[in-house]
Amino acid sequence: MAVCIAVIAKENYPLYIRSVPTQNELKFHYTVHTSLDVVEEKISAVGKSIGDQRELYLGLLYPTEDYKVYGYVTNSKVKFVIVVDSSNTSLRDNEIRSMFRKLHNSFTDVMCNPFHNPGDQIQSRTFDGIVSGMMVQTA
Amino acid sequence: AACIDPPDAEKEKTGILALQIKESRVPHSELIIALLSNAVAQFKKYKCPRMKSHLMVQMGEEYYHAKDYTKALKLLDYVMCDYRTERWWALLTAILTTALRCAYLMASVKDYIIYCMELLGRASTLKEEQKLRIENNLTKVLMNEVPEAELECDPSSASAAKSLWNDRMALAGSNEFTIEVQDYIPFIQCKAKFQSPSFHVDQPIQLKVFLKADGPNPVSFSKLAVSLSNQEYNQWCVIESSGQNTMSLVPGKTKCYSFSFVAKTEDVGKKIEMTGIELLLGSDRGRCVFLTWRGAGGDIASTHEALLASRSSRRWGRNINTNQEQEWDTITIQHSTMIISRVPRISVQLSHLPPALNNEMYCLNVTIRTQEEGVARDFKLTAGLKPGQDANLSQTTHVTLDGSTICDDTAASLIPDIPLGDLNPNEKLDKSVFVRCSTTGPRVFFCKCHKDETVTIETVIPFDVSVKFVSTKLEPLERVSIDIPFLLMTDVLSSSPWPIMLASSSLELISLTTVLETGEGASECFCLCCPPLTNNNNAVATGQYCISWRRQSSPSDSPLIQTTVTLPHILLESVPLYIHADLPSFGRVRESLPVRYHIENRTSLVQEVEMAVEPSDAFMFSGLKQVRLRILPGSEHQVLYNFYPLMAGYQTLPQLGINLPRCPSTTTQSLRRFLPQRIFVKPQGRQLDDASITAA
Repeated sequence: MAVCIAVIAKENYPLYIRSVPTQNELKFHYTVHTSLDVVEEKISAVGKSIGDQRELYLGLLYPTEDYKVYGYVTNSKVKFVIVVDSSNTSLRDNEIRSMFRKLHNSFTDVMCNPFHNPGDQIQSRTFDGIVSGMMVQTA
Repeated sequence: AACIDPPDAEKEKTGILALQIKESRVPHSELIIALLSNAVAQFKKYKCPRMKSHLMVQMGEEYYHAKDYTKALKLLDYVMCDYRTERWWALLTAILTTALRCAYLMASVKDYIIYCMELLGRASTLKEEQKLRIENNLTKVLMNEVPEAELECDPSSASAAKSLWNDRMALAGSNEFTIEVQDYIPFIQCKAKFQSPSFHVDQPIQLKVFLKADGPNPVSFSKLAVSLSNQEYNQWCVIESSGQNTMSLVPGKTKCYSFSFVAKTEDVGKKIEMTGIELLLGSDRGRCVFLTWRGAGGDIASTHEALLASRSSRRWGRNINTNQEQEWDTITIQHSTMIISRVPRISVQLSHLPPALNNEMYCLNVTIRTQEEGVARDFKLTAGLKPGQDANLSQTTHVTLDGSTICDDTAASLIPDIPLGDLNPNEKLDKSVFVRCSTTGPRVFFCKCHKDETVTIETVIPFDVSVKFVSTKLEPLERVSIDIPFLLMTDVLSSSPWPIMLASSSLELISLTTVLETGEGASECFCLCCPPLTNNNNAVATGQYCISWRRQSSPSDSPLIQTTVTLPHILLESVPLYIHADLPSFGRVRESLPVRYHIENRTSLVQEVEMAVEPSDAFMFSGLKQVRLRILPGSEHQVLYNFYPLMAGYQTLPQLGINLPRCPSTTTQSLRRFLPQRIFVKPQGRQLDDASITAA
């Protein structure tokens, strides 16, 4: 269960950011933005080994006191970032991977929509629904 | 004494309070800033630019808390560029808000105006009511009034700021600000374009400036000016509001201002560029803020937006949309235009008679007429094969101005810049260009005299020459016998649509002798004889047939063209005996017809010849019916007969049966081919006397 989910375009601007409403939204924006540094480094490192199947899941980008940030990059350099609460120790790697897979599939559906222009903000209700299902529910 | 008393709750509270008061006197800001500074250096070293930016924001905020507004603004200003380029609007808005507070508290008017403009623009994520508040403040500043304090400022700083603002109002001298906005995302957008990438010098140049406001309320401005690379045109590209009439921009709507002016003749061939656009907010009564864009408009975010718009599916419906207003994102900037010379009022016409005939000097007549009002000077004509076609064509096409001689292969396929002199108004000028094509097929020619005329000319072969070898009896020959005359017949068949005059023809023979010309016109017949050659029974080259000709319609001084046809090879053979007959061309019934047979021995041995005349119903004859002869090598024997025709018409002559006992390979048939088979016999003539004529 995430506290913030973001989709970043290949030019590194946000296509979609959603965070738990109780928290300081700005803080999550900064967290996601700064995590892009780590993402960039990971992508450029992987690129150097030619022939290797590029791993889409990037794993834990960096832990802060309160949060853990996970990253995932598609072949078209679109990035997904999931932020979870550090106290949530029950969340395992597999579950994070499956969350990314679901996000990726939903994102592909958004791209397949002929009325959606690549580069625009994501405004799909279906996508919203998928993301809601993955976020921490607040009372 | 040590106390094991239970802790006094009251004392504890006061103690904590005392510690807190002491702590509040410690300048934490400096410590924090120092630590942040170290962190920034660390992340810079390990190449984490975004982390570094985030920490710089925190440093800026810390400076703000420490009331060092100058340093805060410096940092925040620097870091804002990163967030603008990366398009993280929420973060940019937060930083702008802090920066605006700093600018307010410092009473830095210019910075205040800039941050207000960005917070009102399309990148700002502020809510409507917040934007309205900022807009209010901006309007106040433009009218030289004191703006309201920013939210979340502590009261003492706010009141200090207010007095600073009052001072600013009093300083009448510095009431003009020029702000270069293309590096920000201001609340007024500007795009300009020349209506066409090039203009002729006699057309007025059209220039359009598009403006759009993104704030919550309409914005009014008092002047719009475009500056161009040639500043003499600037006076035509200004629009100012006079008195009551102010120009305003309604939020969300695109407004277009058109300017036009005529280019100077000195600028022909040059580019005119927009160097800047200026918009004046406010007026002389308050503060003047000049917003300037470099070049032809656009800001940090407009390039990306234009790219997205060009991919957008909204473009598909544009043809159906008859609405005049163009969608903002699809307006493209055209910042320069080329001035080209005007289209000359001349006409270039070509007259010629296609198709061209292979190798002739084909004449192209160029007529240039002027409709200019003044004298047109220094005409130059370029004529010839249009470049860019097959390489073979340029080698087989030759252009010249001199039509009196055939040009050779060194002539080029294009003649540039033929000087033609001047033309007075309403005059015309004629020039002839001659082209010789040595291969067939279509070619594209063009004549250029500021105006191009292009024409495709097909080249065809003028005539076909067929050559055949026949015997003297006009029977086709496969082989030619040595020293026996044969005929060479040439047939010239015209395949040209134009009448061709054949001036002369000649035969250039190799080792043949005795040329007789038997005809002229389409067919020619040459009687030739081949002497014995050292290598018999081989194919022998005969030579060439040359025809010189020209078009019947060409003027008489135009040159003749030589066309050469190579004659086919002939196969030679030798015959042992040559027999030919001397006889008149016709006979008459009941009149004597003398026939002399010549028998030549062409071998080096004495030949015995057995000759017998086969009787014929149509003739009676006197002479040797059967004879045996001996002929010495190289010599001739003659036998004379007198034939007496009995019937009229084409009659078969009595045939000779010839046998050569010493040359068994030679048959009667092979020798008979030299002898005539038939002769025409005329009926008996009537006597011319009065009686028969009267009776008829």
